[in-house]
Amino acid sequence: MVKEVERAGIPIVQMANLVLVAKNIGANRIVPTISIPHPLGDPNTPKEEQWKLRYHRVGIALQGLMTDIEQQTVFDV
Amino acid sequence: MKKAIVYLNQFFGQIGGESSADHLPEIKEGGVGPALELDRQLQHAQITHTVVCGDNYISENKEDAVTQILKLLSDKEFDIFISGPAFKAGRYGLACGAVNKAVHDTFSVPVLTSMHTENPGVDMYKQDLIIFSGGESVMSMVEDLRKLAAYADKILTDQPLGTAEEEGYHVRGNRHQIWREDKVCAADRVVDMLLKKIHDQPFESELPIPEMDRVPIAPPVSDLTTARIAVLTSGGVVPVNNPDHIQSASATRWGKYSIEGMQRLEAGVFKTIHGGYDPTAINADPNRCLPIDALRAYETEGKIGHLYDFFYSTVGTGVTQSDAGRMGREIVADLLSAGIDAVIMTST
Repeated sequence: MVKEVERAGIPIVQMANLVLVAKNIGANRIVPTISIPHPLGDPNTPKEEQWKLRYHRVGIALQGLMTDIEQQTVFDV
Repeated sequence: MKKAIVYLNQFFGQIGGESSADHLPEIKEGGVGPALELDRQLQHAQITHTVVCGDNYISENKEDAVTQILKLLSDKEFDIFISGPAFKAGRYGLACGAVNKAVHDTFSVPVLTSMHTENPGVDMYKQDLIIFSGGESVMSMVEDLRKLAAYADKILTDQPLGTAEEEGYHVRGNRHQIWREDKVCAADRVVDMLLKKIHDQPFESELPIPEMDRVPIAPPVSDLTTARIAVLTSGGVVPVNNPDHIQSASATRWGKYSIEGMQRLEAGVFKTIHGGYDPTAINADPNRCLPIDALRAYETEGKIGHLYDFFYSTVGTGVTQSDAGRMGREIVADLLSAGIDAVIMTST
């Protein structure tokens, strides 16, 4: 799905916990998330912390959309 | 006796050669040309009609030609539809694929065709259709027809069907559950495979991974503050009533849902129907999967121009690559018509 979007020339960031799968399948811009059942907010942490994490990682993803990359890139979080 | 209808181009349909390639679709009683031989080989079906259409006409007017052909078939009764064989003839192969797909979609009957592996019709249609592996030219006509007839007879008499490799058609990439004759359980098989791998011995995976298909990196967005951003997820987040009946695993459908005016995704309004992980955390706060709240914040701050009023969703678990690709292409068409500049996709 990511590839079809990119094939159309639209930049796409995949936010994924299984970074290796995202890499293998051929996503070019990847931002890691924290888990499969709660990628962007751990329910065992305070709401404020979940919000900070989510806001931060989405920010990295947005930055990733603006970043000119030469090769498949997993952005640091 | 069951009934079969055959599709042929103008050449095999005995209208004429290239000069007749603009021939409009027509339907003839009984079999014509190769359809006569196919009729002889079929044990459980009789060929009642042959549809003939010029290769150029259908290449240049695909939609019109297919519509006319469906109309010609609309008052006919048939149990199976067979096109070609098309060998290495490109236009003919594409025509057989287009006609078979439309006939299958419209009449829900089994459809078969045969093409050489290099026929462009194979790559275009093999994911959707059974395309037997055929010869390069008319020299292999009898053999190609024999394979089609044998498989058609199997379908028509409800005999067990083998895999693509066993039957001799181009692999579609579909997975099937089967009972193995050797009754060796999966745990034994996987350990055997592992031992072979450790000892550098050859082994054959039961789940071959399709060849890599790399996509060129799309250029970055130059200015996010004016960009239209859309979000996709394979995490299965949908309105609580799952209006599009997206499946919890091996999904073949996707949905597009409005977030217009919403500051975040509320629990009880959205939930996940993904069957591959514990849904508790995401049902309690769907933003954990689809971060609409954070994206709205960035929109309010002016860091992104516009968060698109809809998100797209499907379930990623167990989906075949061919279905994922198709759904991706369908979504892309929608993204392009909505003028989307960039996309964030979340997966679980």
